[in-house]
Amino acid sequence: MDLLLEAVVTGVLLGCFYAAVSIGLSVSFGLLDVPHVAHPAFLVLASYAVYFLNDGYDIDPLLAGLLITPLLFVFGLAAYRLYYETFERRGSDAAVRGIAFFFGVAFIIEVLIILHFGVDQRSVTASYIGKSWRFGDMRIPLRLMVAFAVATGLTVLLATYLSRTFMGRAIRAVAQDEEAVRLMGANPVRIKQWAFGIATAVLGVAGALLIIVAPVDPTLDRAYIGRTFCVVVMAGLGSMTGTLIAAIILGVAETIVLTMFGASWAPAISFALLLGVLAVRPQGLLGRR
Amino acid sequence: MSSAPASEFPLLKIEALTKRFGGFTALDNVSVDIRPGERFGLIGPNGSGKTTLINCISGAFRTEPSTVMFNGEDITRLPPHVRTRRGIARSFQIPRPFRSMTVIENLMVAVDFTSGHLSLSAEDHRDRSMAILQHMGLAAKANARVTGLSQVELRKMELARAMATRPKLLISDEAMAGLSGSEVDEVLDLLLKLASESITIIMIEHIMQAVMRFSERIMCLEAGRIIAIGKPSDVMANARVQEAYLGT
Amino acid sequence: MMKRNSLAFWGAAVLFLAVVLLATQLVSNEYWFFAGYVILQFIVLSVAWSILGGYAGYVNFGTSAFFGVGVYTAVLLFKAFDAPLLVQIAAAAAVGALLGFAVGLLTLRMQGIFFSIATIALTIVIETTVTNWRFLGGAAGIQIQRPPVTAPFPSYVQMLVFVQASLVVISVAIARYIQNSWIGRGLQALRDDELAAECTGVPTLRLKMVACVISGALMCAAGAPAAMYLQYADPASAFNLNYSVSVLAMALIGGTAHWIGPVIGAILLGITQQLLAVTISSEVNVLVLGVMLVLFVVGAPEGIIGLFRKGRRAEGKA
Repeated sequence: MDLLLEAVVTGVLLGCFYAAVSIGLSVSFGLLDVPHVAHPAFLVLASYAVYFLNDGYDIDPLLAGLLITPLLFVFGLAAYRLYYETFERRGSDAAVRGIAFFFGVAFIIEVLIILHFGVDQRSVTASYIGKSWRFGDMRIPLRLMVAFAVATGLTVLLATYLSRTFMGRAIRAVAQDEEAVRLMGANPVRIKQWAFGIATAVLGVAGALLIIVAPVDPTLDRAYIGRTFCVVVMAGLGSMTGTLIAAIILGVAETIVLTMFGASWAPAISFALLLGVLAVRPQGLLGRR
Repeated sequence: MSSAPASEFPLLKIEALTKRFGGFTALDNVSVDIRPGERFGLIGPNGSGKTTLINCISGAFRTEPSTVMFNGEDITRLPPHVRTRRGIARSFQIPRPFRSMTVIENLMVAVDFTSGHLSLSAEDHRDRSMAILQHMGLAAKANARVTGLSQVELRKMELARAMATRPKLLISDEAMAGLSGSEVDEVLDLLLKLASESITIIMIEHIMQAVMRFSERIMCLEAGRIIAIGKPSDVMANARVQEAYLGT
Repeated sequence: MMKRNSLAFWGAAVLFLAVVLLATQLVSNEYWFFAGYVILQFIVLSVAWSILGGYAGYVNFGTSAFFGVGVYTAVLLFKAFDAPLLVQIAAAAAVGALLGFAVGLLTLRMQGIFFSIATIALTIVIETTVTNWRFLGGAAGIQIQRPPVTAPFPSYVQMLVFVQASLVVISVAIARYIQNSWIGRGLQALRDDELAAECTGVPTLRLKMVACVISGALMCAAGAPAAMYLQYADPASAFNLNYSVSVLAMALIGGTAHWIGPVIGAILLGITQQLLAVTISSEVNVLVLGVMLVLFVVGAPEGIIGLFRKGRRAEGKA
């Protein structure tokens, strides 16, 4: 019973981490309808950049994550521009190619990482990695608590941005009715570009959390396609609160299965959940369609 | 004016149709009977629910628990392609041609799937499609790619493709929008010709002159509700209708 | 006109099989057959993929899932019932059809992107299930002992090459039939504009399901002989996502408007893969594939056959 309790608590912490990792996708896929299957690949790339800074220059991983955030923002702006000009403009057939494009990009990133860093796992060092805290009979790794705190902060920050700031509301308006936004004199493409930039920038800190929580390897993006899309679809596309709730559900489900059935079933959980949600309630838990 | 058909049985019957999207009510308690062979005009300001109504009739939107009756049959649960085979055809407000095909190929899709493709040969399908194009004045463009057509040609092709499904009811959704004066007359004459062949037509338009000339009856929607229905002159004289179009 | 085309096609198909058969009798260097098998396998996979991905426009990322299921269906039948090769292939096709049906039912009502993601999910779920299934060898994999080869083939690999060549003929014939028939026109219409197609009388869901079932059956059938080919099967290799990327690249680079596109793409990229994997490394192989996929998708959306057609059109005008 205690084991189960520990699993649930760990699951909740892990879940919040999954929320931070998925929240960019909630914006890019949930709100902007970009079929961004390369999102996890960008995430892993960010975590390798964090590793590079941590290993080579002794920079704290979270700080490293913050440092690469502006770079990622600019990269996101450029990436959206390319995507928009090549695919979204050209109509229905382009949707197929858009998906194939991101798939190709994801693979390219994966291979480039392998060629530069090799296939072995990499991890970072920091003062909070390696220790655990005791809560009664439970031992919770400190790095999970750090990840939980940062992730929750990040999620709340982004959710607040989208609901309270002018730009954030513009983004949500564009997601709902692009034509109306255009009629109001704003440029929807610029707004979407900005949103994609933010969604990519968030991956800086998210990537840092990724490598803090566990070692990374180049093929990790495949597992995270399942996790991030599972969270975003379960949440109901574009709902930030939903992202947090869905992520926690996934985190708890994964840890419980892990504890009770062992690691060999773990990779399939997010994907199985995703298939289940698609089958039963494709509009997600909090979505409306 | 044309003579009213002998049958009194409505071709299309909609009863108390209410359509909501989340908190937004697009159609509110709309009921209407359309007679066979009727020329029916549908007007209303933007956002009043005209296209939503068309989507409900053609099957793009679900309407449960309200029912849609067509030709004596309850078609509420039928998907769009089955309704098309039953005889309901529509054009789209912004034309949606099959871009990778030529004009005649666009029509052949319609002929293929609504005339028992297993019974007729490919040549017969092509002949039929060609005949329709001639009827609609597009024969010269039969082998042209859709992407090279002018606006009025696109609208005519949209109607031709709808006609290729051999409908009993044709719904024309703002086929004249954005066209020049003579182009409007072209499309209007085309629709009148089709009407004279006993096809029931629902015309949605903003060009009042055209609607007046065409319709035997007009229905005006506003914010999802019917605010007037009846003879064109009566509806146009209706104060609420005038307010809806000119007011605020 | 159609009859003459058909005659030409079937004539070429028979000739092709005759050449392969002759090669098995005359060529003794096994390397050609090993390489040839892989390329023929990719032709079947790409052509099969294109039936749903090219004609209907639904991008299947789960080629690896279907391929792996084909491999393991063959393994299961061989281990449990000593089933002969043809039965293995037929059974794999049946399982593939069922799988295609299930996946289609689940996701084809939704937008294309959900279908694509569901197919990735399918790959991982099936791979994990097979990894945990001890009868099939689990994560470590399973050894297969080939039965003795039947005449007139001198070696088992050569027989497998002929079998795979026959699958090429079957899959291309099916793709060709679909393309030229009302099914193909309906798929083309729904790829251009699904809503308009539906309102024009096209039963879009049914056609998508048909394409998905046929595509799945062929992809699984292509995987079945692989168990015998390698004499070994393990989940990580059988369900390797590289199959998904490769086939996607081959079909899109070749061009999906015509059945010859995936054939060209598979031959070209298959040969490139063989050369790269042998001379440089398998990572560079995937990199090249990914880069070519992205370049073509951005710059030459209709693939090689599209470039060919543009060239002819330009010549016609000049």
